[in-house]
Amino acid sequence: MNIIVCIKQVPDTTEVQINPETGTLMRDGVPSIINPFDMYALEEGLRLKEKFGGKVTTITMGPPQAREALRETISMGIDEAVLISDRAFAGSDTLATSYTLSRAIRKLGDYDIILCGKQASDGDTAQVGPGIAECLNIPFIAFVKKIESIENGVVRVERMMEYGHDVIEAPMPVLLTVVKEINEPRMPSLRGKMRAKKYEPIHYTVEDLEVMLERLGLPGSPTQVIKVFTPDVRRAGEMITGETPDEIAGALKRRLKETGLSI
Amino acid sequence: MMIYIDQDQCTGCQICLPSCPFGAIEMREDKAVILENCTLCNACLDVCPMQAIAKTEEKVEEKKGVDISQCRGVWIFAEQRKGVIQTVTYELLGEGRKLANARKEDLCAVLLGSGIRDKAQELLHYGADKVYYIDDPIFENFQDDPYSECVADLVRKYKPEILLCGATNIGRSFIPQVAVKLETGLTADCTGFDIDPVKGNLLQTRPAFGGNIFATIATYNHRPQIATVRHKVMKPARRTEETKGRVIEIPMPESARKLRTRFLERFEELEETLNLAEADIIVSGGRGLGDPKYFDLIRELAKVLGGAVGSSRAAVDAGWISYSHQVGQTGKTVCPKLYIACGISGAIQHLVGMRSSDVIVAINKDPQAPIFKVATFGIVGDLHEIVPAMIKRFPRSDG
Repeated sequence: MNIIVCIKQVPDTTEVQINPETGTLMRDGVPSIINPFDMYALEEGLRLKEKFGGKVTTITMGPPQAREALRETISMGIDEAVLISDRAFAGSDTLATSYTLSRAIRKLGDYDIILCGKQASDGDTAQVGPGIAECLNIPFIAFVKKIESIENGVVRVERMMEYGHDVIEAPMPVLLTVVKEINEPRMPSLRGKMRAKKYEPIHYTVEDLEVMLERLGLPGSPTQVIKVFTPDVRRAGEMITGETPDEIAGALKRRLKETGLSI
Repeated sequence: MMIYIDQDQCTGCQICLPSCPFGAIEMREDKAVILENCTLCNACLDVCPMQAIAKTEEKVEEKKGVDISQCRGVWIFAEQRKGVIQTVTYELLGEGRKLANARKEDLCAVLLGSGIRDKAQELLHYGADKVYYIDDPIFENFQDDPYSECVADLVRKYKPEILLCGATNIGRSFIPQVAVKLETGLTADCTGFDIDPVKGNLLQTRPAFGGNIFATIATYNHRPQIATVRHKVMKPARRTEETKGRVIEIPMPESARKLRTRFLERFEELEETLNLAEADIIVSGGRGLGDPKYFDLIRELAKVLGGAVGSSRAAVDAGWISYSHQVGQTGKTVCPKLYIACGISGAIQHLVGMRSSDVIVAINKDPQAPIFKVATFGIVGDLHEIVPAMIKRFPRSDG
């Protein structure tokens, strides 16, 4: 079974602090990590390989430093890693990114399952997974919390919904985006780390891909960011105190009612 | 296009460094330089006192295909499940009406479902000028293929200029495929809209980086301008007795009958207080509960208030409650009217998931807990005493 896992290198949002005076992001020394949701996709890819045999390849589009994220996947036990990097891809929105990744996946050739995290923690769009599936014209299932079975070329999964979950099937090749509940990602192994150290990811530039140039990067991106701003910093409010828990609860109820809440 | 810093102008003052949300500006030999990971977001352009930050000429885009001037009207996707119109639909109708008025165009709803004729009629009471609907058993349960194919088909035929859809699991699953089919722009999970007074484009504002920054995004040369809209942010349309619109039944396009997935079963989790996204009130518990059994207190308070039960990641990771309750970066993003955090310290990854709630109440033993920094009302104390007191005090009948 050939498995492809798409990943993204993102700033570690949990490390991002807001400067209380200026309200801007303080990013000094904020490390780059693999998008947390992609870790579940990586783990699931490795588990499928362990069960069904085959090969797992990670692929990412990003600046040259994204090599580090790819090496990290190698240390977890991924077989091969591909970096798609070229100035021509700069400024890609989700449509151009989906298109570019799909062309790189096509170049990789045979694949049975493509796995993505449900969304990236920086952009939070959740659009590239379904976008790639559409560009490749393969079936897509979002929010997968369990792969129940793979039999006769058909993948059966549980899809997380607001009300619970659905059980749904699709023939391979298929693209799945996964949620946290699907597994517990492993730590890198020592052997993996040794291999990662020396590993050089395959590098695709625009010349390596069969693409329509007008669909890449900024020209291929219908959406444009016109403004970025920081939200009003939420200020700490008032403390509610009282002699007894009952008094505190009463005071809280009163204050909540005064804000217009009907409780 | 490329953003660059004129090295002769740069005085090395470093003012531009924090302006970049992506950390793509670095000091090299006392001059600022733009790194490869620049996303061309333009955030740094105006901050330089020396005006040393500039961008190279924008390419004039020639758009083939859709003629923008031919595209008219604001569309909303009316989501139904099991024949029940979802509340996000009314919010889209409310917001859609505003945008349609600003554009002096019609507001249309698209409804796909099985046995939903009367529901289409009902949407007229919420201000829709037209409701296009397809009634077919294929829509009994949600599957991506017929949804994305039908919506793309309708858009090609009627050419709206704006299409809004709820940022629900269904919307966020199939709308990206519609955008790819139509090769147009899609903005995810928006929390605000405006119409550009000069050019008439839709200005779409959304949080990114877990809400640490907001971005306003436009789709200039492609139509429709598609956006998914965060639940519970927009004001819902009110029902009126009079209707002025009409419903239009569309036959099921043959191309949309091709189903690549097979729907087998739907499992509804029975826990009554599950749907966090819909809830107006959420009571959440964290590690401060001390023991999983105290989630009963949280459930009880949620029940008294008619709210849903949430949780921090720590409590989920400890196995105290299932993942579907997790609020935060790797869980759900919620914005209820009231969020009560009990025994949750307030790690950033939790805060990003709940800080847009209207009113936040935090109960924690540790007065230094970061949760108090975002709380509207803070209570320093033992939740095992405070929460039972609230359970006693809070029932509505209690005046």
